[in-house]
Amino acid sequence: MKLIPDLIKKITNNEIWRSVFRHGYADTPRNRALQIISNIWLHLHPVKVREHGTKIRFTWCMGGITFFIFLFETITGILLMFYYVPDVNRAYADIVDLMYVVPFGRFLRNSHRWGAHAMVITVSVHMFRVFLTGSYKPPRQFNWVVGVILLVLTFLLSFTGYLLPWDQLGYWAITVGTNMARATPFLGHEGPFSYILGMRPDNDIRFALLGGTAIDAPALLRAYVWHCIAIPVIASALMMVHFWRVRKDGGISGPL
Amino acid sequence: MEVRQEKKGMIELKDDKVFTWPTLVAKEFLAAIFVTVGLLFYSYFVDAPLRELSNPGQAENPAKAPWYFLGLQEVLVYFDPWFAGVVLPSIIILGLILIPYLDNNPKGNGYYTFKERRFAVTTFVFGYIFWYVLIYIGTALRGPFWAFFWPWEKWTHDFPTPPPLHNLPLPLGIILMCGFYFAGLTLPALFKKDFFMKLGIIRYSLTMGLLLTMIGTVIKMVFRLAFNVKFIIATPWINI
Repeated sequence: MKLIPDLIKKITNNEIWRSVFRHGYADTPRNRALQIISNIWLHLHPVKVREHGTKIRFTWCMGGITFFIFLFETITGILLMFYYVPDVNRAYADIVDLMYVVPFGRFLRNSHRWGAHAMVITVSVHMFRVFLTGSYKPPRQFNWVVGVILLVLTFLLSFTGYLLPWDQLGYWAITVGTNMARATPFLGHEGPFSYILGMRPDNDIRFALLGGTAIDAPALLRAYVWHCIAIPVIASALMMVHFWRVRKDGGISGPL
Repeated sequence: MEVRQEKKGMIELKDDKVFTWPTLVAKEFLAAIFVTVGLLFYSYFVDAPLRELSNPGQAENPAKAPWYFLGLQEVLVYFDPWFAGVVLPSIIILGLILIPYLDNNPKGNGYYTFKERRFAVTTFVFGYIFWYVLIYIGTALRGPFWAFFWPWEKWTHDFPTPPPLHNLPLPLGIILMCGFYFAGLTLPALFKKDFFMKLGIIRYSLTMGLLLTMIGTVIKMVFRLAFNVKFIIATPWINI
């Protein structure tokens, strides 16, 4: 009858187990603290938090969920990268393959797509909550600024991904979006006062975004690199700042 | 130097702290599971959109940006692209960034309250809702050629020709525009001295400038819808 306790003791009471897990799981205040401190992933948290900060009715859990969806998108995105080549002759066929040939490909692509939409929603709801609780007030002003930049980056992440399937939906959505750039004052060739800087279709800001005067192979490659590498790297760096500052600015906001 | 602490008065800090493990971590873990299950469940039943191969020779009609930009695309009906597509979003981002530096009301820091920050909450909630209303209109109510259709109407190419639009005379436009910003900047300062004094001239000007631009955008839309006004100010170089 003592088989299971004995087994657990055998598994946990040896050098290998203890080299991985430094402390036991007896529910003591010390272990609760160690659980956070001695874990690289959990040490993002303080050992103790103010109780209201753990209430879903206060935080709505939206910041954490946004971060989680970012991780979810990273994992599904890496898997998609195994099957997708950002080449105008292949891109659409690769997506069709994902939908009809690759095992679980459709499931993978769907969850990446819906995750992206969900992240845009959760990040904007997070901003709404932070505003309503006045959490941008001193000493947290700068973290709000970082948050606004992260909000914009989330839009750009989703936007750059929109072109990648190379279908009519993405192509014309990006056409509408990037056409705005040519109306930029001074810097777009159709924008007000652009003649001052001598802007033409082949040297204005839209040209810089697309790598051409129309959406073609260079634009697809740029969208891909921004989407898969550049923006995630920038966003990750800013997320580190964002989370670090939450801690350094006195933990989650709350009434005195 | 002696620090005179007794003068400061005691602040009663509640010790309301709880252990992160398991109180918070458990909830985060559950949230992660629910989100994953929800996303996977949805993905199992609903396919991500995929249309035919892109064709530069055949424009989609209507051609729509991703939904979160459709608010701006909807603003494009009422303003030139330089404003709707570039300057307005830039002002919105700048305005959001400035919020913590403009709002110097010390109350309402870290808890929900409307009473203690009526102006801030009203303004922000209005802007937030307006953004999503525009997105809804752009997503659901705009059909071919960006024509307006009610939800119960079928999208067709056979819609009545919109009425012709006209520009306001330039002098009138300039007077209206300057008058709007002038009145908007001075009247609250005169009649709400308290509000003005609390903010100081720089914060006040920036706050009201941003607020007036938001309200002005709405007013321009009303002008278009009610009076068929194309531009308030129309010049060879720039139209507003």
